[in-house]
Amino acid sequence: MSKMTLKTEGDKYVVVTRRFAASPEAVYRAHTEPELIQKWMLGPDGWTMPVCINEAKPGGKIRYEWSNGKGAGFYLTGEFLELKPYSRIVHVERMHLPDLTPDNHIETRFESDGAGTLMTMRMTLPDAQTRAAMLATGMESGMEASYARLEQVIQAGCGL
Amino acid sequence: MKLDNAFSALADPTRRAILARLAKGEATVMELAKPFQMTQPAISQHLKVLEDAGLVVQRVEGTKRPRRLAKAGVEAMDRWLAMLRKALEKNYGRLDEVLAGMEPKKKRGEKP
Repeated sequence: MSKMTLKTEGDKYVVVTRRFAASPEAVYRAHTEPELIQKWMLGPDGWTMPVCINEAKPGGKIRYEWSNGKGAGFYLTGEFLELKPYSRIVHVERMHLPDLTPDNHIETRFESDGAGTLMTMRMTLPDAQTRAAMLATGMESGMEASYARLEQVIQAGCGL
Repeated sequence: MKLDNAFSALADPTRRAILARLAKGEATVMELAKPFQMTQPAISQHLKVLEDAGLVVQRVEGTKRPRRLAKAGVEAMDRWLAMLRKALEKNYGRLDEVLAGMEPKKKRGEKP
């Protein structure tokens, strides 16, 4: 049984649901408190998040920096639009690779579900052009490196 | 191919059928219109949605514009979604542990 579902909604969105064995308050806090975020929003093994700024208030800034400890790294910046403790977060974010990716608008909901929490995250799908550009880069300069980079984007971009 | 997952373009049964037809080889609008018993403008409309989604491409052959599947577009989408899933599962697996560590105490988790 998979705890997570992932599906596209129209050609613009991806909707992800995931159940957690913890209260909505705990899951919400794990998305807004830097010392908690740094423990899990890491992507592949071996990566860390040495910088985690998360000003959980409307207009508050987000800045996450990842490092693999071997000189590779990238970062994400964003802003909070709406927060309703402990049930809803709306924010925008974009990656710096260092080239900027288009803004990703993300709504995350936390609902009581039995003894746990059902989290629903609705995010922007990169448009066909962006995906094609990513892929084209990969095909010309080596699939492996590009997919590794793409994987970083996704891992980082989808933590919230 | 798990096309159902990929785009809203695929939510429409006619467009899915068009893709299934194109998966067997390229076809012109006229060739596509016949089995679907639809007018050419209606087919063209569907093709435009599929082209905008990066799923179908056309080439020029004299006066014809045969369409075919844009494999890269479909694969890029599937690949992107697969990586997204993998990345999230990894992160959330870690988050489960973080939550297990913080929940009983109702305060900031000190241990992973």
